[in-house]
Amino acid sequence: MADRTFPTPKTGPALTRKDFVSDQMVRWCPGCGDFAILAQVQKTLPKLGIPKEKIVFISGIGCSSRFPYYVDTYGFHSIHGRAPAIATGLKCARPDLQVWVVTGDGDGLSIGGNHLIHAIRRNIDINILLFNNRIYGLTKGQYSPTSERGKVTKSSPVGSLDRPIYPLRTALASEATFVARSVDADVQHLAETLERAATHKGTSFVEIYQNCIVFNNGAFEDIENRATRDDFVVKLEHGKPLIFGKDRDHGIRMKGGLTPEVVTFKPEEPPKDLLVHNEKAGAEFAYMLTQLEPPEFPTPVGVFRSVEEATYNDLLDAQIESAKKPGADDLSKLLAGPETWEVAA
Amino acid sequence: MPAKTKAERDPHLAISPKNRKPDASEVEAVTIRFAGDSGDGVQLTGGQFTTATALSGNDLSTLPDYPAEIRAPVGTLPGVSGFQIQFSSRDVLTPGDRPDVLVAFNPAALKANLKDLAKGGTIILNTDAFTLQNFKKASIETNPLEDESLAAYKVVEVPMTTLTGNALEGLGLSPTQVSRCKNFFALGIMYWVYGRSLEATIAWIKKKFNKVPTMVEANTRALHAGHAFAETTEIFQNSYRVKKAPIAPGKYRNITGNEAAALGLVAAQQLSSHQLFYSTYPITPASDILHNLARLKAFGVKTFQAEDEIAAVGAAIGASFGGLLAVTGTSGPGLALKSEAIGLAVMTELPLLVINVQRGGPSTGLPTKTEQSDLLQALYGRNGESPVAIVAPATPGECFLAVIQACRLAMKYRHPVLFLSDGYLGNGSEPWKVPGIETLPKFEISHEPGVPPEDFQPYARDPKTLARPWVLPGTAGYEHRIGGLEKQDITGNVSYDPDNHEHMVHLRAEKIERMKADIPEITVLGEPKGKVLVAGWGSTYGAITTAVKQLQSEGKSVSAIHLRYLNPFPSNLEAILKNFDKVLVPEMNLGQLQMILRGRFLVDAIGLHKVKGQPFKITEIKEKIESLLENKES
Ligand SMILES: Cc1ncc(C[n+]2csc(CCOP(=O)(O)OP(=O)(O)O)c2C)c(N)n1
Ligand code: SF4
Ligand SMILES: [Mg+2]
Repeated sequence: MADRTFPTPKTGPALTRKDFVSDQMVRWCPGCGDFAILAQVQKTLPKLGIPKEKIVFISGIGCSSRFPYYVDTYGFHSIHGRAPAIATGLKCARPDLQVWVVTGDGDGLSIGGNHLIHAIRRNIDINILLFNNRIYGLTKGQYSPTSERGKVTKSSPVGSLDRPIYPLRTALASEATFVARSVDADVQHLAETLERAATHKGTSFVEIYQNCIVFNNGAFEDIENRATRDDFVVKLEHGKPLIFGKDRDHGIRMKGGLTPEVVTFKPEEPPKDLLVHNEKAGAEFAYMLTQLEPPEFPTPVGVFRSVEEATYNDLLDAQIESAKKPGADDLSKLLAGPETWEVAA
Repeated sequence: MPAKTKAERDPHLAISPKNRKPDASEVEAVTIRFAGDSGDGVQLTGGQFTTATALSGNDLSTLPDYPAEIRAPVGTLPGVSGFQIQFSSRDVLTPGDRPDVLVAFNPAALKANLKDLAKGGTIILNTDAFTLQNFKKASIETNPLEDESLAAYKVVEVPMTTLTGNALEGLGLSPTQVSRCKNFFALGIMYWVYGRSLEATIAWIKKKFNKVPTMVEANTRALHAGHAFAETTEIFQNSYRVKKAPIAPGKYRNITGNEAAALGLVAAQQLSSHQLFYSTYPITPASDILHNLARLKAFGVKTFQAEDEIAAVGAAIGASFGGLLAVTGTSGPGLALKSEAIGLAVMTELPLLVINVQRGGPSTGLPTKTEQSDLLQALYGRNGESPVAIVAPATPGECFLAVIQACRLAMKYRHPVLFLSDGYLGNGSEPWKVPGIETLPKFEISHEPGVPPEDFQPYARDPKTLARPWVLPGTAGYEHRIGGLEKQDITGNVSYDPDNHEHMVHLRAEKIERMKADIPEITVLGEPKGKVLVAGWGSTYGAITTAVKQLQSEGKSVSAIHLRYLNPFPSNLEAILKNFDKVLVPEMNLGQLQMILRGRFLVDAIGLHKVKGQPFKITEIKEKIESLLENKES
């Protein structure tokens, strides 16, 4: 039985951002944060050294999920919430492909929450980008599972009652091997984060704060605004202390070893006991970082956790490889089964 | 302790022990049901009896009947598990209407099955289990061995547990272990009564327990002891022989529908040169297909146990997009969950095979019982005009070729195909002539774009099949996007154009119509014209065919057709339907095919409906046909 093989072509002229722009008109609202994310993805892909026919974008339904139409690779705009399942099937079937999932906070955490956690726990080698605008964009502005409690929308005129779900904590609780957060407006950070996600083997989960200018404008105002963001964001860098602030005069340390607190200091004399980021630490460390939230804390962005573990698709292929023995795939023998008898003429 | 027999209780029945037993008498067909607790090894006993029967050259058909609970309380009615087999010297198409012999391992098994037993039938029971405590568990008020409730039957009382214990003396087994061997004692009895060889079962025991020599010894001894007991005691006055059936020569095996479907998928993988991806979420009675395939990694088969049915079909669609032979299997409730994603495969025109081993519904319904009530769900259970092809095998063995054909249609026409099996086909078994691989039809499936990249159109059409190109990710220069939004024909771009949408709705329906080129015309069993035509589909085949043949041999004007394709219908269906005065549609639902035939062909189809979780009996169908022939009803 022939597995189709797709040889990687000899590298032709290097790809550029333009090679990843499709001929489709982009139909997001002017000023939507999705544009910036699209641009950074198109800028990152050429850096990966992967031929574009080997790249597939799969999405569910939502404004964010229109994404595949705009990237000139293979793409699949599927149904609401199911992109991780479709991506899982594709990656198991075709491990030679680089598979990306683009999903929204509703798509990924409401209707598709089940598929999301299971894709992550299997550690399928795919990259999941969750565009979190804390609102249902496509259906015109209902509160979403990441909306803060009390959110007033058309479907919650006196405030939503649900407690929000936190994408990164959901991912960590699903044993994610790569968890990161970035922001649409910080293009450089976003590009770096996307590249890290793309090169991680296993499920990469990236939450991207995305401004929906029409239905939830300003949800991440402090974080996105160039004038304020240094004071409201702490960038996680492996092996480095958590320092933030325009003047780099704030940091985070652990009070009594367990509870984080913000400390202020002279930039040239940071305290020795500042919390040092470690991507390789246990999930509980990353989980603690996800609990740093405004107003008390700056919002951490960057790679929270990145550890190596076997991927589902590799293990699946290994099981099949190790089962292959001469004669073990004799179809006639299989059809005959354990017991046959002859009926004579 | 010698068994107390009815003969002892009634001296008139006794035959002198000095007399040699008479020679075996010949019978044409026998139906036996084994029944006991789930833990009594009923299915295993039935399976061994089936093998021995097949080896002796009879034709046969079997049906297991599982309780819904895994370990219902021991000795209770919900815990009763059954296995029925009919074997004969002629063609056998059903496991039999009514058992002639019931082997009951406990009072609950007797109580649950007695009503099905043929009048005058034989009951062989384990008297050791007929205790007050067990009567209570089975809610039996008086000892059936002592009241008149069994008067209409021949009752053979055998203290199976005690006798097994005697036979196993010295092996140092616990009472529980001894009790576990009593099914082989019962099997030994049945082997004597029907003249079966013990060899195959002894070989099986050796293999099965090869790590535990004591159990090999114990079970073998129990089997021999049962056989010797039947031979020497006077309880069994008679043994029976069923002559070999006229079966086409060749190599045979016994096969269930679920096994045949799994093997068909592996064969389809080879015939199409497309790796199989089988993605599913466990559900009775479909899980055995997964169990069978999960073992076949050496064949390159990829199985995926998803988090739910939606993920299972989603993963299959992803695998299909990647160019594999993508299949998802389930039962009714799971099909309901898959419906939105099947619509996605219709829209994206990707090959997909969906297997539905139907069970009693609605909701969780009757997980272990059979029904044909998902036909309308299969045909129409999706939003929008969302046609899928439907293939429905008629017998367990037929599942093999039917699944291959379903894969072929899906891949050739780039469209979802639904395979409608049911619990009766999936778990029932029959002898199956092992096909030579070289006799199976190969199918060529191409992924070549056929045009240079600049001319490529993802929704271009093959003029014959209307299929679109199945160009796979990894093909340089042909990058394209597909999705669930309506597509413009040819270009595959998203389109909200009203005329295009109408065109596409018709086009998707037309793709199904074009499949007629690949499906055989139906053949009529009997005269092409007449008074009554019985039209069936799926697992009712055996009962319908047997009933119709019996009436035909009595000179009655009745014919039958059996539909293996329910969408599209074979091209000669309408003409056939219109050649008969009356059309009868027996179904294990409330008239789903009946409604379709009426709607589609304006024929006044009459229904015969059974929804008891059990297959039709031949007599039920016969009686209905007879009453139609006698004009008792119209
Ligand atoms: C089965 C199903 N239910 C509901 C919808 C309607 N629907 C489309 S997108 C959406 C929510 C999208 O929100 P999100 O995932 O946050 O994406 P955004 O538009 O904000 O990017 C809903 C409810 C649908 N398309 N399919
Ligand atoms: S509704 Fe919001 S998320 Fe959707 S395109 Fe417009 S701005 Fe973007
Ligand atoms: Mg959203």
